[in-house]
Parts: sequence; structure tokens; C-alpha cells
Amino acid sequence: MAEIGDLHHLITRRRLLGVASVGALALTSPSRAETTIDLPLPGGPGARPITTGFPQKGPMILQRTRPPLLETPFEVFDKGVFTPNDQFYVRWHWAVIPTDIDIGKFSLTVRGHVNRTLSLSLNDILHGLPSVQLSAVNQCSGNSRGLFQPRVPGGQWANGAMGNALWTGVRLKDVLDKAGVKPGSVQVRFKGLEEPVVADAPHFMKSLDIDHARDGEVMIAYAMNGEQLPLVNGFPLRLVVPGWYATYWVKMLNDIEVLNEPDTNYWTKVAYTIPDTPHANIKPGETNVKMVPINRMVPRSFVTNIASSQQVKSGAPTTLRGITFGGDCGVASVDYSIDRGKSWHQAQLGKDEGNYGFRQWQTQFTLPSPGKYTLLTRCTNSNGVAQPDTPNWNPAGFMRNVVESVDIIAA
Amino acid sequence: MYGSFLRAIILLGVASMPFVARAATPFELTSVRIDLPDSDRMFPDGPGSDAINNNCLACHSAGMVLNQPALSKQAWAAEVNKMINNYKAPVALEDVGQIVEYLTGLRGAK
Repeated sequence: MAEIGDLHHLITRRRLLGVASVGALALTSPSRAETTIDLPLPGGPGARPITTGFPQKGPMILQRTRPPLLETPFEVFDKGVFTPNDQFYVRWHWAVIPTDIDIGKFSLTVRGHVNRTLSLSLNDILHGLPSVQLSAVNQCSGNSRGLFQPRVPGGQWANGAMGNALWTGVRLKDVLDKAGVKPGSVQVRFKGLEEPVVADAPHFMKSLDIDHARDGEVMIAYAMNGEQLPLVNGFPLRLVVPGWYATYWVKMLNDIEVLNEPDTNYWTKVAYTIPDTPHANIKPGETNVKMVPINRMVPRSFVTNIASSQQVKSGAPTTLRGITFGGDCGVASVDYSIDRGKSWHQAQLGKDEGNYGFRQWQTQFTLPSPGKYTLLTRCTNSNGVAQPDTPNWNPAGFMRNVVESVDIIAA
Repeated sequence: MYGSFLRAIILLGVASMPFVARAATPFELTSVRIDLPDSDRMFPDGPGSDAINNNCLACHSAGMVLNQPALSKQAWAAEVNKMINNYKAPVALEDVGQIVEYLTGLRGAK
């Protein structure tokens, strides 16, 4: 087992030895599955355990135990625009995640192309800088990947790899100003405490352009929905990049590096790239496509109070309710159709909690006669961008935002 | 209780300013120490199951692999090579073929 020499974590070493002697395993207790859910993934498999085995978390759809991938059960989104912390989805890249965070010892380093290298304590951040807050959707680049056709490898999420929270923290701009960004800086790179199991594997890091990093909206959050973050959601500090996919929202953020040349690290340059085409869409098998880092989110809308195959009364009013978000801007309108898109009707939008958050929508409609119907919902954002009628496709399963449909039966 | 009180204040703050607004109250953090659950799930027995169990479970549990859709042998080979080349998985060279065969056969993929 020469490869053990390449692994630098005791826990991993124990695991490698463990798996080599199957039957003599004495690992920590597995996450207990109370029940299962069947996600509607074309061709399957869609069965997943619902787990309550993760500390600080409620019932979650178990996509992977280690490193954790936990999906939010979709009915949670019907309860309001703020996704509860204990059911907010979870996604980690590497398995070595600190599970013991001492707030007195934690520090955030700001270094690189700056006038002063900083080592900020949590006290410095909570009490030494102006605090700001913002409602913003955090959505995995691969949310809904399991619905791609043809199917693609990766986390097989349904639509629950997203959530909206009220984030409280400090402006990244204020932190960078404290360090003094030197002229000629081009990007800012962010790194958290998670570490790869294999020593020479690429540490997870993401970068933003300097002007984006200093736009006054990108923030370092220490609270979500008025509470400290659950550890698996990035306690104690998480980057919040409003309107951008969650890959940039680095968890357990402890290192900020100002760069005077573009970041070429694996996670920015190679991973998380999309075809540079409308809707990041290509034909399956298409090659020689220019790829660019994934960036701004696109509009989406969902029905949350009626599930597919549900029965409703014909000839009587039915309430339809859901959530929407504009992606990188606010929501202009949500329209729905009960005749497969022949005609569209505008729904009522709920309270505006800010451009980057979820917004509820609601309407009432009457299905004229018994039969099968397909409900469609479509968000048009405040930049005039609407959800497309046909699904996009790309090999990584990123940026799905097709008009959603719900099949219902009127009786 | 403190949390819900604080949340109410924050919600009020945001209601009046849809963009970035000043927080209304000081906030304190508490140290956290947890144990993350682990999985002892193994890949189902079959030709190559020893190879995949021995090489792949150091970095991730089996569940997500078993949740994958039916993929072609070519697609599985690309995944295994990505693990080795991009993520530096210490997979024994002589096991690569067996792992790809195991994955391809897992769900009768085409």
C-alpha cells in the first residue's frame, strides 16, 4: 500500500486500511435513513434516503455522505422565501472538513498584492467593520443536473440544490480597502478550510475580477437568517456573491489573496466552465467549443404548492403558488399557462425582499373540465431575460433554467 | 429565542431597504464542534468490486457513484481518468480497467 505515503490525513489513512480489511470496519455511525424519496430523474435511479444524521441539519435528501451533498426537500420552498438554515442544501468538494471551529482562534488572512497583509479575528470582522445584510439566492451550478437529457455524470440533484437566505456580514470591499489593494491588481482569490484527502490534489479556490470583488455587494457573511451558519454551510465565514452561482460562495473562508495576474488554478480555469454560447447550450457530443468560467445566474420559477400527478377540482378555483428569482437581477413578472404554452397569464408577485432573493408568486385559476393538464411557469427578469421553452444541455449539467412544468389531473 | 428576535429586527431592516442595509444589532458567534456522519456502504459484490472498494472510498463514499445514471464505458473511463489526473486519486494503474468495467456493468449501461 505504497500510496498511503501520499495521503497526509490520519483519518484517511485509517480509512484506507479499513477498506482493505472489509468486515472489520468500525467507522463512526452512518447517517441514519428514516425514509426515502423518489426523485423524478429520467431513467433513474431516483431513490434517495432522507437523512437527519447531520449535526445542525434537519431532514435532508442524502446525495452523498462524504464529502456531504445534501439536497433541500422541495416542499420546504413552499413555506416562504427564506430557506431555513437547517434545511439549506449542502455541497462540499473535499472530504477533509474541520469539525471543530474555535471562534477565538479562527482568523481570516488578506494577502498578496496589497499594502498590508492582514490577519483578522472574528472579533475584528464582527465589530471592526460596518455590517451589511442582503437577501440572496445561493444556487449550485449543477442544480437540477439529474434532469438533463441525455443524462450527465456529477451530483444527481433534482431542483433542491438552491436556497435563499438573509445574509449578514461585511463588505468585501471594506476588507480589501483595509489591506490596501495595490495598483495593477486584476483578481481576488478565495480559499476556505476544506482540504483534499490527497496532498497534491488542487485545494478548492475561486477567484473574482478585482472590480467585481470591490463592487460593494460581494460580502463576507457571518450569519444567515439571523443565526450563525451551520458548520456544513460554511461556519464561521462564507463569501456571498449576489447573483452568481454558489461555486464562488467559498465556505469557511479563511484566505483572501489579491492577484496581479489572472488566476490559473484548476477550480477557476478548468472546473466550473461552461460553453460560451447562449444558455451555455451545446449539442451532446459537440466539441471544440470555447469554454468560460460559469458566472451570473439566470431566471427560474417553480410551483411549490402542487406536486406533479396531484389531483385538483375542475370547475372550481385552484390556488397556485411558487417561488421565483431573476438570477443576476430582480424579477419583472411570472407568467403561467394551463394550455401547454398557447396562452399565458400573469401571476401576482409577493413582497420584494431584494433583487437577488427568492420572491413568492401566487394566482388562482379554474380548470374548465376534467382531464390532464400541464402547468407551465415562466419568469422574466428585470433585464428582460425570460426562461427558455427548451432545456439547455452541456456536459457538466450546469445552468438549467428551462420553463418548468407540472402535470396535474382535474377531476 | 435570541435568534428569532434578531431575525425579526433584520427582517424589518431589509423591508425598508431592499438592497444592502445596515444590521441593527451586534451579533456574537459561538464555537462549534460536531461529528460528521460517515458511510460504511461498500460497492455491491461483483467482478472488480474489490478494486473499486480499495481505490475509491478514501476520497468519497459510495452513495453518489451508485446514484449515477447509466453511462457508457467511455463516459465512465473519462470519470475515472478525471479522478486520477485532475483530483490526484491514488488509483493503482492495474486496477483502472477493472474499475471502469465494474462501473459500466453497474446499471447495465450502454
